[in-house]
Formats: sequence, C-alpha cells, structure tokens
Amino acid sequence: MIIEGRTWLFGDKIDTDVLAPGYAMKLSPEGLAQHCLEAVDPDFAKLVKPGDIVVAGANFGLGSSREQAAISLATLGVGAVLAKSFARIFYRNAINIGLPVVAIDLTQEVAPGDILKLDLAAGTLTRLKDGYHRELQPMPPHIIDILEAGGLMAQLKQKRGL
Amino acid sequence: MPQTLTQKIIARACGRTTVKPGEIVTVNVDLLMGQDASGPRRWRPRLEELNAKLWDPSKVVVVSDHYVPAVDAQSAEILNISRRFARDYGVKNFFDMQGISHAIMPERGLLRPGMFVAGGDSHTPTAGAFGCYAAGFGATDTTAIAITGETWTTVPETIKVQIDGALGPEITAKDVMLWLCREMGMENSFKSVEFMGSTVSAMSMSERLVMSNMAAELGAEAGIIGVDEITIEALKATGGDYEGAEAWVADPDAHYYKTVTLDVTKLGPQVAAPHAPENTDDVGAFAAVKVDQCYIGACVGAKLEDLQMAASVLRGHRVSPDTRLLVAPATVRVTEQAAADGTLATLTAAGAILLPSGCGACAGMGAGIIAEGEVCLSTTNRNFQGRMGHKDASVYLASPYTVAASAVTGHITDPRELRTSTRNAA
Repeated sequence: MIIEGRTWLFGDKIDTDVLAPGYAMKLSPEGLAQHCLEAVDPDFAKLVKPGDIVVAGANFGLGSSREQAAISLATLGVGAVLAKSFARIFYRNAINIGLPVVAIDLTQEVAPGDILKLDLAAGTLTRLKDGYHRELQPMPPHIIDILEAGGLMAQLKQKRGL
Repeated sequence: MPQTLTQKIIARACGRTTVKPGEIVTVNVDLLMGQDASGPRRWRPRLEELNAKLWDPSKVVVVSDHYVPAVDAQSAEILNISRRFARDYGVKNFFDMQGISHAIMPERGLLRPGMFVAGGDSHTPTAGAFGCYAAGFGATDTTAIAITGETWTTVPETIKVQIDGALGPEITAKDVMLWLCREMGMENSFKSVEFMGSTVSAMSMSERLVMSNMAAELGAEAGIIGVDEITIEALKATGGDYEGAEAWVADPDAHYYKTVTLDVTKLGPQVAAPHAPENTDDVGAFAAVKVDQCYIGACVGAKLEDLQMAASVLRGHRVSPDTRLLVAPATVRVTEQAAADGTLATLTAAGAILLPSGCGACAGMGAGIIAEGEVCLSTTNRNFQGRMGHKDASVYLASPYTVAASAVTGHITDPRELRTSTRNAA
C-alpha cells in the first residue's frame, strides 16, 4: 500500500467534535465532511486533495465514538493520518474503514505542503523534496489483514463468502 | 498469576484463566449497546449487505437517546429506524426516548459484574462502576460484534488510581474527575483505569458512575470499580443479577502499569475551562466568568442525585435574570423520581427550565445549543470546541452544586460561598 500526497499539519488533541461536528451529524457523509476540521482550519475541506496526508500531534481523534470522524477524512480523500498518538476508538474506526493510521511524531519534522510518500508494506516514509526518511513501527498482522481487505466490512464479507 | 480486575474480566471473556497486557485476544461480548446515532442506523444496511442476523438479540440493548425528541423530519426518521430495527431483529431491550443509555443500563438492572460490555458510544465505560469491563467502539466494530458476538482487543495495561480521604461538603465525584483530568491528562489511550481507595468505597453508586463515565475523558478505554456491598445493594435495588458478584475485584498483589495517588481531603470545587476537561482549576480561578446558560444534563450529570444536589443549592433562591438554567434529567425514571420526592418542584420554583431526557445539548444535537460568543457552565463531561453549538461558544464544566450556585449569581460561583452568604443574610 503506497500513499503519496501533500502534508496538512495539525497540533495535539484534534478531537472528534472538530473532525465531525455534532451540529452537522445529520448531513450525508459528503455534507458532514465539508465541516471536517473547520474549527481549526476553515479551508481544509475545500482545499484537501485525494491522497493528501494529515500529520498531527498527540491524542488524535479523542472524544466521541462517532465513526464519522474517520469517515469524513476518508470521504475527503485523505490518504493517511500520521499522528504522534491516537485515541483508541478513533484508531480502531480508521482501520475498520480502511483509512491507514500510523503512530509517528512528524510535527517538528515536516511542513505544510511537503509531499510525503508512505509505503505501509515496507514500513517506510519519505519526503520527496530531500529524501528525508523514517522507518515506521510495524503494524500487528491482524490490522494489516483488515487494511488489506479494504476494511472490516470487506473482511466480514470475505469470511462469509459474499 | 495475580491479575488486575481488567485482566480477570478479559481473561474470562476469552475463555482463559489469565491474560497479560499486550496480548491480542478475541473475546466474547456479554452485552452490546447501540444508540440511535451509531447503532441501528449504521447496523441495518450493513447487516442486510452481509445477509446477517444478530448473534443473540437477548444480549443487545438499543437506546434512542441522541436524536430525542425528534425536532425535524430527519431526526424523526432516525428514531423510526431504531424502532423498526428493534421490531425486525427481535431486540427486547429497546428503550425509546426513555433516557440516556449509560444511565438506563444501570437503572434497569442490565449490568452484571464481570461482563465484557461493548457500546457504540464513547461513554460506555460508565458501566465499569458495576465491575464490568466496558468500552466504546465505533459503528463498524459494533456491526461486527452484532453479527459474531466477538471482537478483538489488546489486553491493556491497568493504571491504579488510589483515592483516599473524605470529600468536603458539596464536593463530588465530578470535582474529583475534573481534577484527575488535569493530574493524569487525557492521553491514557489503550489503558484501563481501576479506581479504589477509601473515597471510592464511600461513594454512592451514582457518584461511582461519574468516576467510570469520565474515565473516557482520561482517554482510558475502561474505568472499573471492584464490587463491594454498595454494588450488590444497587444490583438488588434494580433487579440485577448479583450471584457471585463479589468475586469481581482485583487481586491484592496485581501488577499495575502505574499508580496515581490522590488525597481529596482538601479538594475544593473544580471547573474545567474551554475547550478540554483537563483545563481544570479551582472554582475561584473563574470567579469573574459570567455565564449565559447553566446546563444540568447528560449521562454524567443529571441522575437523581445530581438533581438533588442542584435542588439543595437552589432551595429558596431564584435563577439570576442574567442567566438561564436548563435541566434535562438523564432518564424518564429520574424525572418520575424527582417529581415524587419534590426535587423537580424545587428546581422549577427557582426558575429552572425542564428539558426532555436525552443526550441533548451535551452532544450538540438536542435542545439547549448555545450561540457564537455565549458561555455555558455545564454538568456534562466534555467541552470540546463546537460540541455544544457554535465553534466560538465557550463551555465550562463543573459539578451540579457549582452549576446551581452559578445559576443563582449569574457568574461562576463556589457553592460553599453561596451557602455562607445566604446564612449571613438570614
């Protein structure tokens, strides 16, 4: 799995109310996604492009269990979230819908707009302009299985022979 | 091998005698809770796509609490989805507009110590007050559980939170938890917390529910309290199953990831400033903050005891004309009990405005939303930016005593000072 895109940089504690605000939760996934991160960056939903990579600080996705927090990022085409650390429910939700999430602290290393290339199978991250390189923590095999199946629903379908 | 209560419950749920932190295990879920926002509405299309049924409808609880009561056609349809789901999939434990799931489950005797509870809501850890491992899951995880009755989990490290000392008058579990959010931070992800010590032992079940509820704000996956006489009395009172319940305590020599020790003897009322529960300080630090709205609501802050706390402050007072006081009892049964014992009459005599039971303004979905620039002081559990309405609104968190006292003055007020000034005036 290779993901290449521009960096969007956020700080610590990006919570689920910032990712999927309650007042927009009745909207369609596409409508809700237009409000993703607007409290901290009003232009994000308008300007993010498929494959772009969200880089953030500690405790990304804290708060609610709402899966829409991860779905909104995926709906906007975000290719991966690279954060110093994740809240547990968000982390599971992202894996379950097939959005790659990697615990790595890049907030001091990269700048907004940097093009990053992420190779999940090889466990590497590269910045294209200068070849800056990092090794990623290996993911547990059962999580790679879910991501490779395309998410937990897809994996359930396979198991049920559908 | 001595084990924490967390380990004991997970070991039982995966059919073993012991488990170690870090192991990835598949567990059998004893109880699955889904609410209207993340449950049937998300489950049904996926179950149909997979041509699947519920693994065991008797182990599934559905609670409509987020979009209640319906305010437009969309929310009305969401509630109908839950009703049709409960009917078509045979869910008997369906609570339609009866209150908030985390208050319903203990109130209706659905929790049994030692259970592995999975809930489609981040405040599912509330059930930990009954000696359950209870954790929140997203909608795809809960769909998979609904079909298979199983899920995977990494056995977490356990943090021991040892709390000792007697709480002062008008100091509550809410104050303890806000203080703990500051002391421990909100990034205890992939950890379980076990609360113990003389303070916890002395707490009523209502107050213990606050402790376990706000384990979510610590970022912990579960917040568990071992079983004692208070647990068993609460199970008896609600028709719950208490046979063998006393076994669900941590081994005395269990190994903990770390121990956090608190002495609450000198703890005063705590207030969390926007936009995180860890932005906590003594109430005095916020004495100049004027409040447009005081809100008593949510799973954590509108149980019968919470309403009684507020009523004890408001008796003989009026809500200041500079603010408004909204009260949304956690369940309809709380409303019934508060009506029977006179608590509601005290609140309304003081000028409180009663709202329906449900997640309401706390979840940003129901009545009581605030406007740009407004300030709300709330008994709820989290105050993230934009949660209760406009992104440029401010939400402060406090105990029911503090919220009620502040409703009387119109600014953030130490409930102990209000009492003193009232006594002096009298």
